[in-house]
Amino acid sequence: MNDAMSRYRAITGHRLFWPAAVLFVMLAANTIYRPGFLSIELKDGHLYGTPIDILRLSAPLILVALGMTLVISTGGIDLSVGSLCAISGAIACMYISKQPDQSSLGVVVTALAMAMGVSLVLGAWNGVLVAVIGIQPIIATLILMVAGRGLAQLITEGQIITINSEPYRAIGLGHALTLPLAIFIALAAALLVAAFTRRTALGMIIESVGGNSMASRLAGIRSGRVIFLAYVISAACAAVAGFMMTANVSSADGNAVGLWVELDAILAVVIGGTSLAGGRFFLSGTIIGALIIQTLTTTVYAMDISPQTSLLFKAVVVIAVCLIQAPAFRARFSRRRRNSPPPAPVADKPKEQVPA
Amino acid sequence: MGKMRTQSAPWRAAAVLASVLLVGGVAACGNSDTGGGGSKDDGKITMGFSQVGAESGWRTANTTSIKESAAAAGIELKFDDAQQKQENQIKAIRNYIQQKVDVIAFSPVVESGWDTVLKEAKDAGIPVILTDRSVDSADKTLYKTFLGSDFVKEGRLAGEWLVEQKKSASGPVNIVELQGNTGAAPANDRKKGFGEAIAANPNLKIIASQPGDFTRAGGKQVMEQFLKAYPKIDVLFAHNDDMGLGALEAITAAGKTPGKDITIITVDAVKDGMQALADGKFNFIAECSPLLGPQLMDLAKKVHEGQEVPARIETEETTFTTEQAKEALPNRKY
Repeated sequence: MNDAMSRYRAITGHRLFWPAAVLFVMLAANTIYRPGFLSIELKDGHLYGTPIDILRLSAPLILVALGMTLVISTGGIDLSVGSLCAISGAIACMYISKQPDQSSLGVVVTALAMAMGVSLVLGAWNGVLVAVIGIQPIIATLILMVAGRGLAQLITEGQIITINSEPYRAIGLGHALTLPLAIFIALAAALLVAAFTRRTALGMIIESVGGNSMASRLAGIRSGRVIFLAYVISAACAAVAGFMMTANVSSADGNAVGLWVELDAILAVVIGGTSLAGGRFFLSGTIIGALIIQTLTTTVYAMDISPQTSLLFKAVVVIAVCLIQAPAFRARFSRRRRNSPPPAPVADKPKEQVPA
Repeated sequence: MGKMRTQSAPWRAAAVLASVLLVGGVAACGNSDTGGGGSKDDGKITMGFSQVGAESGWRTANTTSIKESAAAAGIELKFDDAQQKQENQIKAIRNYIQQKVDVIAFSPVVESGWDTVLKEAKDAGIPVILTDRSVDSADKTLYKTFLGSDFVKEGRLAGEWLVEQKKSASGPVNIVELQGNTGAAPANDRKKGFGEAIAANPNLKIIASQPGDFTRAGGKQVMEQFLKAYPKIDVLFAHNDDMGLGALEAITAAGKTPGKDITIITVDAVKDGMQALADGKFNFIAECSPLLGPQLMDLAKKVHEGQEVPARIETEETTFTTEQAKEALPNRKY
């Protein structure tokens, strides 16, 4: 009995258990409501079905959220990612639309390189404001959040730029090994970030800076550089997400691309178990968080929840997810039910698991 | 978090200042036209115009039309982009009142909350013309006239065409609808007009209706889910061209032929939409013309001279089928 109990605790205590459980419940609810929800079929050599859609559509959010995870882990926040998506998409589409042969691979590569270059510079701008000058991250990145949308509109001259370029389109809609290319791009980015942070000391250094930047600096870590790097990585991730969003519809709309994605990304990071106060971060949790958010959106469409209630529906689910994840809430809830106070695992690690 | 390095205060102040200047600089690009002095008494009419924003191709065409026709009519235009915020519009209108322009025109971002600022304009003796969207003020004397499209009529024209097309349909016709932003007047009214028109035939049924926020990305994502959730979709009604264009991609990706397997009806008639119609991918577009400029300048002159104008003026609009689109496309300005 005691053995089973402790095993139960070990499983439910795992940091990925609750987000994964929520995702599972959402998928199950959809399947009950519409039995064909999880079905996948092969059409023209491509896998086709709602689960594939969820993966493909969450790819841009996963990218943005990966960068956001690192930034939040340093104790900062990056509000400018949505604007960066719009800028990178706008530059790439604008350049392509001006070329005589839009489908040439060289043109697309040049466009991507230019847009990525500008995004890195803007990421460095954020990094300098936060790490070198010491402006609070929320203010520093708010500047680019507001100004960046204006910049995107200046680039597109306020128009929606429509392009007709096969290689660019492939970033959002192409296929490889029967799966959408976007899934592989997001996966590659996740593996890259994971390799850099978890196979080297970088991840631990980021966590230590986020936990206590002064102490880390006294221990010999150049906090400033680490923070700067986090914002640059975040900008790079946002740029790729911007390519994907614009490639998805073959057009760049300075106003709409990546609108409010920064809020979704922050939510994904928090659902994934990374604390907004900085410190430990969980890349796999962030990815599950992004999948939960996209599944939620898809659920609204699949169940045809009326537009007037869909925001409320989303809010209720998000509140439920956050509460279920909060150890303090779970402890109180289970104490009431079983009337036996559990040994407080809460006190061990309060900093890393208090969402929102 | 916290201080990374001890910095001298002037350094930091300079950086903040630089950042603020950057934001200010970009923002100023939007409304640099509003600066400058008031109206000179040289007989030239000065108009202050506050635009909603630059959210769609339609809006951009609207802005261009107003700027071009002001220049053509010899009216001095002070233009402000409110970036979808009511407070920006109220600020701009107050500026125009202070600058003593001859006429104020604006497209209200939202319907309510205009009474105070409109009263200020009225007290200053400056006539106000509403364009494109209306306000819900009970006091109709606060503005001279409202120039714009009848969104309900656009929805109704779209619905009537469909009823005519499906006259001989014996079985049920499944319709899905892509709405504009929840609560926006064009979304509410187009839905209403369309719903009223198709009520004439009980076979026509809207099986799903979700907002695609007037954007291509939104239209595409919602349509993808519709296609999976409902195996038999006969008709798509999108509240604007851009959502319809996004849905096209989703329909093609699902292995169906837009315009044949699924009949597509949209509203607006912007260039990309007209092209899709001419290519047979769309089937019908109810026009919502953004070219309000010439009519607006005409009205401005009339109210400035003190002439009476009707309280409601509808934009001159039409509808397009594939054949009509092919004819009209070469001369389309937007």
